Amino acid sequence: MTAAPRRVVIVGASAAGLAAAETLRRLGHTGTITLIGDEASAPYDRPPLSKEILSGAWTPDRLPLRAASDLDGLDLDTRYGRAAIGLDPGARTVQLSDGSEAAYDALIVSTGVRPRHLPGTPAHVLRTLDDALALKDRLGPGRSLIVVGAGFLGAEAAAVAAGLGTKVTLLEPAPVPLAHAVGQVVGSVLSQAHLDHGVDLRTGTAVAEIVPTGVRLTDGSVLTAETVLVAIGCRPNIEWLTGSGLSLDDGLVCDEYCAAAPAVYGAGDVSRWHNPLFHTSMRIEHRTNATEQGIAAARNLLGGGRPFAPVPYFWSDQYDMKIRAHGHLRGHDEVRIVEGDLRERTFLAAYRTGNRLTGVLAVGMPPKTVRPWQRAIAARTRWQDVIPASAPTTTGTTP
Amino acid sequence: MQVEVDVPKCVASGQCVLIAPDVFDQRDEDGLVVLLDEHPPAELNDAVRESATVCPAAAIRLVGS
Repeated sequence: MTAAPRRVVIVGASAAGLAAAETLRRLGHTGTITLIGDEASAPYDRPPLSKEILSGAWTPDRLPLRAASDLDGLDLDTRYGRAAIGLDPGARTVQLSDGSEAAYDALIVSTGVRPRHLPGTPAHVLRTLDDALALKDRLGPGRSLIVVGAGFLGAEAAAVAAGLGTKVTLLEPAPVPLAHAVGQVVGSVLSQAHLDHGVDLRTGTAVAEIVPTGVRLTDGSVLTAETVLVAIGCRPNIEWLTGSGLSLDDGLVCDEYCAAAPAVYGAGDVSRWHNPLFHTSMRIEHRTNATEQGIAAARNLLGGGRPFAPVPYFWSDQYDMKIRAHGHLRGHDEVRIVEGDLRERTFLAAYRTGNRLTGVLAVGMPPKTVRPWQRAIAARTRWQDVIPASAPTTTGTTP
Repeated sequence: MQVEVDVPKCVASGQCVLIAPDVFDQRDEDGLVVLLDEHPPAELNDAVRESATVCPAAAIRLVGS
């Protein structure tokens, strides 16, 4: 596009959408910014939902991502409590659930994801503040909870629930939780923490449906609990784009500039984009990616022309463990423990894909110890240049 | 511009340090944010604003312009 867009519409009023709006203003966009969100409230933070909100350490008044006065300073046309239900890229309009329309010169899609459900009786999920508060009411001494899915969200919720005195059963269909993401050995070490804290972790256990008394497993048996939380991943909110002509494939497909089509950009959990740093298409549901991609999409919408090539980053708090990971760990060929001690759950694991260092995962390590590794991943460093041949522990497949 | 940090909200991602190393640092032991310059010079305004936007814990706030 040659002329600067006058009207920017952002669909999705969470971390990515807010970062995009702030960046547009910071870079000098003086036209309108319409921020559309299906939740009734102003943008709020989600990682604390499964941590400080669920535990009761924080009250919800700490969640807004910006003070009201700071939001006012962005001069946004906010349309909260309304979902986008359709897009006409020819006419450049977004249709909303209340029957209104929003016209744009440039569009940012940041509609996020929603939890997957299981068949049967409705169960708890954990994505919104309302979800977290509803679940929190069901936790405590004398209460029982089944968590279906031992991914990062399920693990955090199980840890908080156990910490509040709840009897927790954590069910995972895979033999080792998180193995697909972090490898067998690291997954085993992380999941051992559940057993150490009295959580009844059952691996290789798949749930067929939710029943009023708990869950029915695929072998037909029933496990009982007062409350069931389903934490088996999410689906991107792309249905409203069906028929728009945009490319949809487990997310809104975007190029390395976060562009999905002329004047249409994607950011955050909903976006599947080509990350040139790893030469692969990825869709990342990490809090940091939402913000970074919101910034990148806004910059490129204004003509920035900069590829979005981040080193993905996520953190997870479980029991006394602070888990931090940089890079693209999925599909790795080898894992090595290069610092610390697995048994003490204080270690740094390095991940190799092909001949490159592509990721690190640290537990209980000072962030400054981890930062050089993050830089090495960003610099496309060869594995043999950073991993000594005598690294103390070798796991996974060896070359 | 005045910078405020909400240390209890900080999640030690260190992204502010990468963008504005003259304004932010991290504690050695746990990585929580350390504010080096509460009133950074004007030429750092844009980097500080980007740090506030990028912070995954919304722990950085700017007051005034």
